[in-house]
Amino acid sequence: MNRRDFLVSSAAGALVVGCAFGPTGGPVWQHHRRTGEFKPSAWIRILPDSTIVIVIDRVEMGQGTTTSSAMMVCEELEVDPKVVKVEAASSSRAYDNPDPQLGIQITGGSTSTASSWKPLREAGAVAREMLRRGAADVWKVPLAQCVAREGAVHHGASGRSLRYGELVDAAARQDVPKVTLKKPGEWKVIGKSIDRLDAAPKVDGSGVYGIDMKLPGMRQAVVVRPPVRGAAIATLDVAAAKARRGVVDVFAIPEGIAVVAEGYWEARTAAELVKVTWHDGAGGAIDTAKLIASAEKLLDGKGDKAHAHGDAYAAVKRGTRVEARYRLPHLAHAPMEPMNATAQIRNGRCDVWAPTQAPGIAQFRVAEALGMDLQDVAIHTTMLGGGFGRRLYQDFCVEAARIAARVGPVKVTWSREDDQANDWYRPMAMSSCVGSVEGGQIVGWLHRLTCESVLAATGGDFVGPRLPNGAPRALRRMFADSPPRMFARDTILDPTSIEGTDPPYAIPNFRVEYLPLDTGVRVGSWRSVGNSHTGFVVESFFDELCVAAKLDPYEARRKLLAKAPRHLGVLELAAHKAGWGAPLPPGVGRGIAMVASFKSFCAQVIEASVEGNRVKVHRVVAAVDCGRVVNPGLVAAQVESSIIYGLSACLKQQITFAKGRVQETNFNSFRSLRMFETPVIETHIVPSTESPTGIGEPGLPPVAPALCNAIFAATGKRIRTLPIEQALGGPA
Amino acid sequence: MVKLDVNGRPEEVAAEEDMPLLWVLRDKLGLTGTKYGCGIAQCGACTVHVDGQARRSCVLPVGDVHGKKVLTIEGLAQKPEGGTVSSPVRLHAVQQAWLDENVPQCGYCQAGQIMSTVALLAANPAPTDDDIDAALSANLCRCGTYPRIRRAVHRAAAALKGEAP
Ligand code: FES
Ligand code: FES
Repeated sequence: MNRRDFLVSSAAGALVVGCAFGPTGGPVWQHHRRTGEFKPSAWIRILPDSTIVIVIDRVEMGQGTTTSSAMMVCEELEVDPKVVKVEAASSSRAYDNPDPQLGIQITGGSTSTASSWKPLREAGAVAREMLRRGAADVWKVPLAQCVAREGAVHHGASGRSLRYGELVDAAARQDVPKVTLKKPGEWKVIGKSIDRLDAAPKVDGSGVYGIDMKLPGMRQAVVVRPPVRGAAIATLDVAAAKARRGVVDVFAIPEGIAVVAEGYWEARTAAELVKVTWHDGAGGAIDTAKLIASAEKLLDGKGDKAHAHGDAYAAVKRGTRVEARYRLPHLAHAPMEPMNATAQIRNGRCDVWAPTQAPGIAQFRVAEALGMDLQDVAIHTTMLGGGFGRRLYQDFCVEAARIAARVGPVKVTWSREDDQANDWYRPMAMSSCVGSVEGGQIVGWLHRLTCESVLAATGGDFVGPRLPNGAPRALRRMFADSPPRMFARDTILDPTSIEGTDPPYAIPNFRVEYLPLDTGVRVGSWRSVGNSHTGFVVESFFDELCVAAKLDPYEARRKLLAKAPRHLGVLELAAHKAGWGAPLPPGVGRGIAMVASFKSFCAQVIEASVEGNRVKVHRVVAAVDCGRVVNPGLVAAQVESSIIYGLSACLKQQITFAKGRVQETNFNSFRSLRMFETPVIETHIVPSTESPTGIGEPGLPPVAPALCNAIFAATGKRIRTLPIEQALGGPA
Repeated sequence: MVKLDVNGRPEEVAAEEDMPLLWVLRDKLGLTGTKYGCGIAQCGACTVHVDGQARRSCVLPVGDVHGKKVLTIEGLAQKPEGGTVSSPVRLHAVQQAWLDENVPQCGYCQAGQIMSTVALLAANPAPTDDDIDAALSANLCRCGTYPRIRRAVHRAAAALKGEAP
């Protein structure tokens, strides 16, 4: 067992040695004997000088999890979050995400606060109780007289105090107790907008992102990648590249041709000297125009039933029929920091330093690629320059490990062009919707959807690491390979393809059908996953039905949400704060949309106008319900972030393929929102006593439909194909 | 050999003249606060000052910087006068405003945003929202921190004004 690997639970079950001072044979005591620290769980270390280290097991990629995680621990530990040190966790089973759908060490699915809510507060409480008990032993006073406050235990009657650091020895001797958590009325930290704990190294240049890693004797590498994914080398001449000053080695790897040099620039310029031709293979036939045409045809046929109630087929034959087809493009994640990883292999052990969202998957994939056992691979998470789902996929770690196996310690840095052309893209999605309205009511809705399956592409990543550490490699591989196959063959319907297609509105006849789409394009989870496309279709078509039925889109939603109080709560709050129904300047339209995702709820009202092919977004009013809020300031920041990320995508972005080659190769053709285009954004939070739910993604899905609904209100033009600027005749 | 002054220190680097300043700073001088984002002057992550002007260091050959003064994010905070090596630095008003407004998310773009803002405020101590749009629209932030950056620029401008004699 790795020394990080014990949990509160295993510590609780540790053997108790017959001794006046509790389980001195247990791991907490042993760790103390070895290091002098008090480490009651994988998340907390208290040093004799009273430094309190909180280990953040969910990866910080900007979403604020460092701060909210520390707040949850500190609330129960009775310390000010401002005085603790935060540290990123390495790969260890102790940090497996307890979310039942993930179950490995991974940060995604907007689960961080939700899945840590109980364990982190409990960890804080366990530590606090052990410290109090330690103090009671030292002072030989009743436990009830020992009060923990501000990083110390106090004995009121005698006026004595001991700082936590002074209690490490006494606390480490204690049994791990059962704890009761504080009541919400007793909270001092949770619910407050305290400042971010991770900001200082991000304003003075001292933060070490993956791309900033340095090891003694480290070389730097770039990879010449095939223009088409899966292409094979036809001819290769590396002589000129090898002859460039500063170049160490040039050689083929499965991902392309590795160019290793003293520095990045030497490697990058040498890469241009590599003379290589490729056999494109099947990937060379991938062409976005053709993919669209064949997906269009698919939608003419029936699909697998995903949701159904009433008889939608019969209902859409009645009343006024509304038909619409929607299309959303492939999208890149484009986090600001390009992919990179640093690796070193020594004494049969591989260490990788990388900005990864999933150290658990990285460990599995690197071990598999190198033919090593899981426990011989350690992943160290650096700071991440954004994630948005891209860093769930560990290709960048695997190739760095491969190159390190040949040349020693090495950092591999991708160019922006590498990143754009080798992403795991948001699936392309197309929908056909048929609905009918009669007597001012929506009576039927038939929705057919086709998109690539994310889990067919990536499902193995999530199951491979689940087997225990010592499991045979072949078994692990078999285990990992089976789910993708099932999703690819459509034996199981990929839940991420259809999530969000079943809106909460009470519509009497409703049916969703899914048609599997196999394009050969590598797809993955993109911020808000399936909801990023289904939210657009569902909330746009609902608006179209309202128009046909002559219903106010806000009032119509309200009426159909009588049995969905949390949906209704955000809808009403957003409409109220935005002044729904109040007059607007000429040319400006108002649109509304509401999507529940990741167990949270978000409604948005957007005001926009159109001039030529330029859209001006004036104002976005968002209301969210994500249960109890640990830090309202962080929630607002995530909603702003999701809205701006979503606006970039729906206004400007697409990834297209021509002969298998990605056409949008850098930020000039894959464009994002800039300062001058950014609207006023207001975030309002619905107070709630429910357990916390996600907030890194739920702000995104309502953006595109609310904006397109606003454009319709402003101009009478319905946008059904994204990106909007292109649909309006702007630059492709 | 290229000679330049980086954050007040004279440096001599053995680098090819056409090597971009960005990689000289990061790989030769170990100043990794300046970031690579696109390499084609589209994102501003690599923004530094050359003789007081905000420049995209990813497309600036180091040969062109010969004999010039370069300021990077690492050189922005000041050691207090008469301070020792270990005395804490005083953050620049723009950095402090960034902390006060909780601007950074992933933080990767922020060195560039801050350097662009410092240059803006040097030229225009009381920028309007339009001035901010004009000066900062060349700096991308994929985390969408623009609304907070805008607030922080105004806050820094006010702070700098208050400190002026
Ligand atoms: S890296 Fe220089 S502008 Fe993007
Ligand atoms: S803070 Fe992440 S890119 Fe700006």
